[in-house]
Amino acid sequence: MHELIAYTIFGLVTAAIYSIAASGLVVTYTTSGVFNLAHGAFGMFAAFSYWQLRFGWGWPTWLALPLVVFVLAPLFGCGLERLLMRKLTDATEATKLAVTIGVMLTLVGAALWIWDPQVSRPFPAFYAGNKVDIAGVFVTWDQLITLALGVLCAVGLRLLLYRTRIGLDMRAVVDNRSLVLLNGGRPDRAAMTSWVVGSMLAALAGVLIAPYLQLAVIPLTLLVVNAYAAAVIGKLRSLPMTFAGALVIGLAQSYAVGYLPTSTVPWLQSFPITIPIIVLFLALLVLPHQRLRGHSARRSQESFPVPTYRMFVIGAGTLLVVAALLAVVLPTQPLFSMSTGLGLGIIGLSLVPLLGYGGQISLCQMTFAGVGALTFAHAARDGNVLGLIAAFAVAAICGAITALPAIRLRGLYLALSTAAVASFCDLWLFGLPSITVFGYRVPLFESGSVATARLNLGGLNVGDDRVYFVVLTVVFALMGLGVVALRRSRYGRMLLAMRESPAACATLGLRLTTVKLSVFALSAGMAGVGGALLAGLSGQTAATQFSFFASLPLLLLMMAGGAGMVSGALFGAVTLGLFSTFSHLSSLFNRGSQLLPGLVGLGLGEQPNGVAADIGRGLAKLSRRGAPAAPAEPSEPGPADHAGNTATIAWEWSGMDQPLTDHERNLLDERLGIGAGR
Amino acid sequence: MSTLLELRGVTVRYGGVTALDSVSISAEAGRITGLIGPNGAGKSTLFNVVSGLVRPRTGTVVLDGRDITRLVPHQRARLRMARTFQQLELFGVLSVADNVLTAAELRRGWARDKSDPKAETHAALERTGLLDVADERADGLPTGMARLLEVARALATSPRLLLLDEPAAGLNEQESAVLGDLLTGLARDGLAIVLVEHDMDLVMQVCSTITVLNLGQVLMTGTPQQVRTDPAVLAAYLGSAPERTA
Repeated sequence: MHELIAYTIFGLVTAAIYSIAASGLVVTYTTSGVFNLAHGAFGMFAAFSYWQLRFGWGWPTWLALPLVVFVLAPLFGCGLERLLMRKLTDATEATKLAVTIGVMLTLVGAALWIWDPQVSRPFPAFYAGNKVDIAGVFVTWDQLITLALGVLCAVGLRLLLYRTRIGLDMRAVVDNRSLVLLNGGRPDRAAMTSWVVGSMLAALAGVLIAPYLQLAVIPLTLLVVNAYAAAVIGKLRSLPMTFAGALVIGLAQSYAVGYLPTSTVPWLQSFPITIPIIVLFLALLVLPHQRLRGHSARRSQESFPVPTYRMFVIGAGTLLVVAALLAVVLPTQPLFSMSTGLGLGIIGLSLVPLLGYGGQISLCQMTFAGVGALTFAHAARDGNVLGLIAAFAVAAICGAITALPAIRLRGLYLALSTAAVASFCDLWLFGLPSITVFGYRVPLFESGSVATARLNLGGLNVGDDRVYFVVLTVVFALMGLGVVALRRSRYGRMLLAMRESPAACATLGLRLTTVKLSVFALSAGMAGVGGALLAGLSGQTAATQFSFFASLPLLLLMMAGGAGMVSGALFGAVTLGLFSTFSHLSSLFNRGSQLLPGLVGLGLGEQPNGVAADIGRGLAKLSRRGAPAAPAEPSEPGPADHAGNTATIAWEWSGMDQPLTDHERNLLDERLGIGAGR
Repeated sequence: MSTLLELRGVTVRYGGVTALDSVSISAEAGRITGLIGPNGAGKSTLFNVVSGLVRPRTGTVVLDGRDITRLVPHQRARLRMARTFQQLELFGVLSVADNVLTAAELRRGWARDKSDPKAETHAALERTGLLDVADERADGLPTGMARLLEVARALATSPRLLLLDEPAAGLNEQESAVLGDLLTGLARDGLAIVLVEHDMDLVMQVCSTITVLNLGQVLMTGTPQQVRTDPAVLAAYLGSAPERTA
């Protein structure tokens, strides 16, 4: 009985921390429409800052804690909203997520730079050593403090949202941003407040959980997954349901630690950490089907030219020539780095159909790559080409399984579930030597890494790094060709149509779930092939190479290059290769290179198309120079088009030079009682 | 003429607002049925109910004698109904031709027939007068043409039932007349068309029956002549909002 009470109290304490973190996520998401994947990362940064003040410099708790929670966090939230998030109102879901991933990686990079991860940093709980006796169970002071703070945050949020003017604005913004604006409310101020409140809650959660998790960058950053598992139970909207979700997760985790035979069954050892993720998947399964509505998808700002085979042949030819030259002239180390980049580039290519064409986000491409590498390592010890097919197939199946629970739901849920899968594999599955399924032993990472052969191409001496580099380039070009052919096919048009308007697609007879599932499987399979080739390079498949945090820089650099284009993946490949090359040259760059992908991600808010499209356009312009006439721009709507469109005219009269969105125009129409009916 | 579409006692509520209150209407093959009413009358909601984007609280939707109330949008589309959207839902990054081609290809996929999507695309573009802009990107079109493209895309699935949500908004008088001819021609081919429109001239000209909605309820159903002279309609609809085309 005592045991049960003790585990219950511990579960409640965990739940209190999760609910603080999750409510912060919900408040920012509902008010600003940006789902902040950097939520845990900021909690981590705050915990480190608190450690620095409190233990590094020996300041008293009463000074250090408020400084972090009431000064640092609001400043951070303000800055974030002002500099980045405000610009994302009309961005696509993918861009929004990418920017927050940029923030996450920047924070992680900064923390690794400032606080050397090799140094151990003990983080004692508040008033460690003090405890009280409740019903025969000793409860520490910090547990009581955490519980009290959890309740305080819940009550505080309730008061803020329902008893203050700004809270009213915040709730109104959730319903209809434009209407708040037209009624004289200030959605920007509401959004700013939500970011400040969100950051404070993240900071508090980070500081509170650090003593339990020890002060380490990655586990604290991954706290966001536990938090959004709770938030998903509240459909990312409802605070009370989010608190309930946190309670379920906290208690389930605590009981799992207490009552599962973790010490006797080896595969259960680190299982309790994955409980929030399992709850997340169960929650996704019972969430109601997404309601398709017209115009739910924002008009995408992304525009990539339709690739032509001529363009592709020129590009691929150039690439092969350059690669052959590099293979001859580059010294061993840079050659290896560039090969790594190319391997990653092939994995990046897998994002082109998924993200670039279909508009679906995956944050676990490296996990699929790991599955592919593992399959290849075990199935093709001699590097048989058939092994690549197996790698494709197994990874594709895993992709389909990953997508399945969230396939009926909005893209954001799908993205969240991919991150959860990545973290599930990082924390548990990839740590197991093998698993036994129906009596059949499936080997995994064995003792941490598995020897992996290079792709065997008969007469070619792929053991030579130079030859393998060229092989990787050829595979990249071939897969690029496949991606171009896909874009020009019926299937490619269907993917783009789905991205542009799911509602229209459904009313034209398209079964959205099938298409999403197929493109997800295809993309995972491609990543699996890339993973197999990448693992062959080093001759080892190691779990660390295929972690969640390896997926993110690739995604960002790929988007920075242009997610809808083969050249975008090439940009990602070259950039990662160069990063890796330089980090071998200088230790300063090595530390700094952790920051770069994050910083690149921050720029995506400004430039959602990436740079490759711009470079391409610039080149096209250069080559056209001297040509007699530029292609005609689409003609401006003539005066006749305005006939009957009273709203347009009304706005022209009003002297506003900012064009309105369709939605705002409709609102105005409704208010004025003119224009289009409902 | 046979009744193709029938709504019986359809009620839709959004939170506390009743968008449709026990609405019954029908549409016949070979006829154009007009659906008019002031803003907020529930016209677009009614289209969403028919195409499956909104599930009614009560009531049934019957297509060609079959209860389709529980079907999801793509299943309904495969029973050959198509629609346009008042707030345009074009595939902006695709060309005008590819917008229509995608629809034709989708249809060939689910109808499993031997039709030629390219030929159908050409026919649909020709019929709507969009051949000249076939290679332009859809999001570069002026509103009027974009609405016609929605019609063309819907036609590419060779529907039996066509739901048009304000296809004439943004068209000038001449274009509107061309649209009128197109719709009449389609009806002659045997399509059942339901037309939501604010352009009264067009509605009065092409519709054989008109249903007037107000505040989610059917105010009346009748011929254009009956609707034009009904005092209740004049009071509720024409009287309450500034009439643009009168």
